Amino acid sequence: MGAKRRLPHFDDLVFLGASMTRYPLEGYREKCTTKTILGTRYAKKPLELEIPITIAGMSFGSLSANVKEALGRAATAVGTSTTTGDGGMTPEERLSSKTLIYQCLPSRYGFNPDDVRKADAIEIVVGQGAKPGGGGMLLGQKINPRVAEMRTLPEGVDQRSACRHPDWTGPDDLTIKIQQLRELTDWEKPIFVKVGAVRTFHDVKLAVHAGADVVVVDGMQGGTAATQTVFIEHVGIPTLAAVRQAVDALEDMNMKGEVQLIVSGGIRTGADVAKAIAMGADAVSIGQAILMALGCNSETYVQKGTHHSAIEDYAAIGTAPGYCHHCHTGKCPVGVTTQDEILEKRLEPEVGARRVKNYLQTLNMELTTIARACGKQNVHHLEREDLVALTIEAAAMARLPLAGTDWIPGVQPM
Amino acid sequence: MECVTFDLAQTPLRAVNHYLHHNLTQTGGQAIEILNPDGAHNIAVGLNASVEVKILGHAGYYAASMNQLANVTIAGNVGTGVAENMMSGRVHVKGFASVSAGASAHGGLLIIDGDASLRCGISLKGADIVVGGSVGSFAAFMAQAGRIVVCGNAGEALGDSLYEAVIYVRGEIKSLGADARIEPMSEADYATVAELLAKAGFSHNPQDFQRVASAKQLYHWNADAVTSDSAFQ
Ligand code: SF4
Repeated sequence: MGAKRRLPHFDDLVFLGASMTRYPLEGYREKCTTKTILGTRYAKKPLELEIPITIAGMSFGSLSANVKEALGRAATAVGTSTTTGDGGMTPEERLSSKTLIYQCLPSRYGFNPDDVRKADAIEIVVGQGAKPGGGGMLLGQKINPRVAEMRTLPEGVDQRSACRHPDWTGPDDLTIKIQQLRELTDWEKPIFVKVGAVRTFHDVKLAVHAGADVVVVDGMQGGTAATQTVFIEHVGIPTLAAVRQAVDALEDMNMKGEVQLIVSGGIRTGADVAKAIAMGADAVSIGQAILMALGCNSETYVQKGTHHSAIEDYAAIGTAPGYCHHCHTGKCPVGVTTQDEILEKRLEPEVGARRVKNYLQTLNMELTTIARACGKQNVHHLEREDLVALTIEAAAMARLPLAGTDWIPGVQPM
Repeated sequence: MECVTFDLAQTPLRAVNHYLHHNLTQTGGQAIEILNPDGAHNIAVGLNASVEVKILGHAGYYAASMNQLANVTIAGNVGTGVAENMMSGRVHVKGFASVSAGASAHGGLLIIDGDASLRCGISLKGADIVVGGSVGSFAAFMAQAGRIVVCGNAGEALGDSLYEAVIYVRGEIKSLGADARIEPMSEADYATVAELLAKAGFSHNPQDFQRVASAKQLYHWNADAVTSDSAFQ
């Protein structure tokens, strides 16, 4: 789970819809395009997505194979991408995903050149917003024979994921590592670099300097089931602050538009998506909220079209729907984060795919509703000028004027 | 055997790698020579055919990385990450290797005639590595599976946080890393060392090697052990 305490968030911003100074589009009639192209800098085959909302990397091992398949199907249905995770690529997710991003993580569990060649883009994960600088721990109870085999480790062992890559140590090395992956794939596939939000201005500059086609910035509201609360709550900066720094870095390098920016960490609604894009992101990536859409914490699960109560199963592990935080046990009552043969079946791929598809479509409709109200025929035309902040903290972090004023804290008036 | 020669002083690396990816027959029977590597990075990355490749000189980072099936010989020294993530085949470095040699390699055999620097075999996932000389500190850090034979000495923190990989060392070990321990050699260990030495072309006596493997104390999270860094002593 992501940071739980109140942090400055996209909720602290509002859009200035059209009125006299801007002209709106008709909400249900006029077109508003959401097409999004990622990886135009060097790759021969950039990704063409129908919507600017992608599914973030979540590991097979942490999630069940059914869930991975459901995510692939949902992403394909709405024309977006999904991402592997710290556990390798499963055949199910490759088959079900039209556009699949393959993560190259420090642990390199299950990483292999065959899957690199099968991927549509490669994401070098330097860090995660929930735990920048940290590795991970998948507890032994989730390591069934298939997970163990994919990770080349014994069953039942607590699996530590490294916090840094084994074969490069800094941005100069990363330049050569990126070139290696390009050589392997004949310069066809975009290379993403994902960083946890910390010193974002400089980190984004270094990632661009190293040759990234796309930079992914993950804020501290990003979820993870693989680290300590003290880490989640006290390391990293909020997504809102990170977006502004990332865009500043691209603008400072004159790379805005040439290198695309994906923002993640606590994105839940179409309004969040619209605000991230207005601030300068090219797309967003969603993890935690996708799990909620799949049925995390719901009272029931659906099997063969029938709802079954999971309340007793929540009680058995000492929790209840709405309060569950037991992903690490592998006993997920609704089959999302489990490797248990029986529990896994509680999330049927078709059911999960339908829910996630509905969720992504809803986000996209919310996004275009806002964009039209701001007078945009293309969601990528949303701009910072369309936003103001409701709190001084958000105004300072996002460097946007406080609503009703032209005051941007920390910025001298012209 | 048909031999194709590339001169990296004349032909761009991209053209050479493109040829290696698209113009080799999967059934083998081809030999490739690469002249004037001059420390270039990413030479012969991602080969996936049973061919002989000779790099005649020093190579930079990630030489022969992600190799599958090919037999690559480098007549010189190599930079960071030689044979990184190799899946199968054989990579032979006739000189010295820089850091992270054989990092996260899943299969195949990596031979380094000279010394290997820091973190040799880091995150190893099943390949075999034979080092004719010594290895630097943190060799086999978090190595999960596979075997490493070190004919010379080992630096500090050898085998730190090992899983199932096993290291055999002929010379001195400066220090062992967290959770690594020296274990008695069994007949199977002597046979393994003899087999790997023979494959690598070294004639040392297997009886001179000692075995380093995981004590498995870090296999399961132990909250009682966490008062300080003592958990990792
Ligand atoms: S229901 Fe509980 S165990 Fe399952 S994904 Fe949600 S929080 Fe994790």
